[in-house]
Amino acid sequence: MKRSLHYILPSLFLGVAVFGSSCKKDITDRTSLYPALSPTNIDLTADTWKPVLIKDFSTLTVVAPDAVTSPAYLADINEIKASQRNLTADQKASIKYWSAGAVLRWNEILRQLVAKHNVAPYQNPDGTYPAPNSVNPFNYPEFPFSNPPYAARAYAYVSAMQYDALIAAWHFKNVYNRTAPYKNDPAVQALVPVSALPSYPSEDAVVAGATVEIMKLLFPTELEYINQKAQEEKLYRIMAGANTRGEITAGESLGKQVAALFAARARTDRAGKAIGDATVWAKLQTTAYDKGHYWQSLETPKRPPMLPLFSKVIPFLFDTLTVVALRPAPPYINGSPEFIKEAQEVTAMSNNHSRDHEEQVAFWADGIGTYTPPGHWNAIAADEFVKQNYSEVRWARNFALLNMAEMDAAIVCWDTKYFYFNERPSQADPIIKTLTGVPNFPAYTSGHSNFSAAAATVLTYLLPDRGSKFTDLAQAAAMSRLYGAIHFRSDCEVGLITGAKVGQYAVTRGKADGAGN
Amino acid sequence: MVVACCLSLSNFAKAQTDADALMIPKNYVCAAGVYTHSQWDHYWEGTFKRDAPNLGTVSSNSYMLGFVYGLSNRINLSVALPYVTTNASAGTLRGEHNLQDVSAYAKWLAVKQEVGKGLFTFHAILSGSIPASNYQADFLPLSIGLHSKNVALRGLVNYQISQWFVAGAYQYIRRSNITIDRNSYYTTEMHYTNEVEMPNVSNYLVSAGFRSLAFNAEATLTKVTTEGGFDIRKNDNPFPSNRMNSTLAGVILKYTFQKIPGLELTAGGNYVLKGRNVGQSRTMYGGIYYIFNTKKEK
Repeated sequence: MKRSLHYILPSLFLGVAVFGSSCKKDITDRTSLYPALSPTNIDLTADTWKPVLIKDFSTLTVVAPDAVTSPAYLADINEIKASQRNLTADQKASIKYWSAGAVLRWNEILRQLVAKHNVAPYQNPDGTYPAPNSVNPFNYPEFPFSNPPYAARAYAYVSAMQYDALIAAWHFKNVYNRTAPYKNDPAVQALVPVSALPSYPSEDAVVAGATVEIMKLLFPTELEYINQKAQEEKLYRIMAGANTRGEITAGESLGKQVAALFAARARTDRAGKAIGDATVWAKLQTTAYDKGHYWQSLETPKRPPMLPLFSKVIPFLFDTLTVVALRPAPPYINGSPEFIKEAQEVTAMSNNHSRDHEEQVAFWADGIGTYTPPGHWNAIAADEFVKQNYSEVRWARNFALLNMAEMDAAIVCWDTKYFYFNERPSQADPIIKTLTGVPNFPAYTSGHSNFSAAAATVLTYLLPDRGSKFTDLAQAAAMSRLYGAIHFRSDCEVGLITGAKVGQYAVTRGKADGAGN
Repeated sequence: MVVACCLSLSNFAKAQTDADALMIPKNYVCAAGVYTHSQWDHYWEGTFKRDAPNLGTVSSNSYMLGFVYGLSNRINLSVALPYVTTNASAGTLRGEHNLQDVSAYAKWLAVKQEVGKGLFTFHAILSGSIPASNYQADFLPLSIGLHSKNVALRGLVNYQISQWFVAGAYQYIRRSNITIDRNSYYTTEMHYTNEVEMPNVSNYLVSAGFRSLAFNAEATLTKVTTEGGFDIRKNDNPFPSNRMNSTLAGVILKYTFQKIPGLELTAGGNYVLKGRNVGQSRTMYGGIYYIFNTKKEK
């Protein structure tokens, strides 16, 4: 007894010690490691790049800046000096955070808002479902429900708008050619990498001003949070010695003007009607390709299909006739030999409990409560772009190409899904159990496959030195849907082909936009 | 004389049999097989209680083997390993099955003293568990466990007069971070990492009952509190680091055969009276135990 106590008591003490200290729980978020933006090329001639919506810079107004000898400018410089005197730890953290880049950080903020709002409405007591309403966005369910098509469109508008806004900013920077505060006054410290880029108007304020404005449409319940982020960013530029308040004000104003162009397009791009109504939903059953096996919701109570008229939304990269032209050939009919073979394969996947499959399915699931597949591809792109030391305007241009492709892939994919209105594997054979949730829309073709191939095509064009990295990832994303037993093989393989075609439109645009690669 | 033996069910199965004041004597071994069935058809999203028409009844079955060894009359050591399966009766989601967590504990009878007409005891129980397979934690509610490595310390007081006893315990469980299959996730903000910080857990237990040579009966009330974590939002998926709280009422019955020395049967169950981010589980279990001396009697 006594002898065993010699062993047991120390181990009890050891256990207590483990409680008290050790076991570090700190986790490093990889986005916190992004370095400050320090472009290898400031892309001074970006004002010659082809914008998305801006027709003519003369439609935009940026008042001429005060002379650097004026009392107003000197007051602004003094504001910087005062702010730099006693920087708190929080303010230093804010400088570190924002210095990674305005386009990057706003892309992350948007991804977070998409994830937060990507939850399908809870049913009413009578088994119907309420719909979000942009007129009363705070009523449950809050507007928006940022499902994949909604998210793809949000990413596209924000990215394309930031691109146009920055091209315009570069135009006025070149017109007014004012050097940065840290160059004009030796007492102003540069707390971000110094740049030869003219500082009037502030590119950060252009991005913030434009983004706040478009977010009033896209995420109206989040304005308080978004405004707070914009305030942080504007203050960061002043604290960092990179912009004066006058440059911020001018940038914000320009951003809002560009946002107005995109907001006008967004109000009339037909997305507001994408949800359809009971008549639209009922009609889909009569127009389905496989009449005996049209799609039905697998949820209880049955949920109306997700955004059936998203197919009618006006694309960025091509016209609506092209949407129809890109629609792939029909899926296999239930009962055909090809169908039976594919259904057997899905059943085998359902029964396959390999951990590798589970991991691949979970990695790419991007279902409810996530930033969706387009968001996943934005995250992949961001991790790569960080390594490239892009200028802000090139960050925006590359995200614009990526996200216009994602939105248009959503439109083409949704057109295909609702034109054929084809069943999911678990509907065809209820024995098929799935490794992830079954999305509430038709199977053919896989949204993940379309999004992933479109994104991979754009990213491979932008970063050719990555070889097959992105197409390999797209292949893995597509196959995850088969492994998860929520898609037939042809849903994925055909989706990859169509997605790549959509991506090619963005590549063609990229080749001709004047930015070079 | 053999009194009884006890085994810990996994935390996931919510049974509390490692929380009693019973010991086996020095050099004795208790081998056990325990089957546990748990199911629910309502759950709490935060504090909002709802049904789950896309899951139907969510059930789990656990098949556990375990051993307790009497290192001394005052120190018992135990190790156990369950195999767990899960299933949803409705919807399309597939159940999981795998070995869950290996758990072990050292139970130390630190104080044993006659007080008044009865006997007062204090036990300190140090336990730990580590996952025994690479199962998927981030597949709630159908994952078979949460895949954290846990270390726990429990203090247990017991007071027995004649054959009647009351007991109370407090346990604190420290949980390691876990790694999930995704490299980003949203809780109340985005996280760009595959690591998830698991909040620690504590629980209180009070119980009272009757113990005799042949038969034990005990009623328990347990309050489990997660020290942190976040609520499931309306219609969102659950997540391993949710704030999972529950108040459970349970019973434990034990029967010792007098004609077959060393053989015992245990049965019990518990029910979640109130919860937060958990299912309203009904759990039933039954176990068979065989206790024997590893040294020849003198």
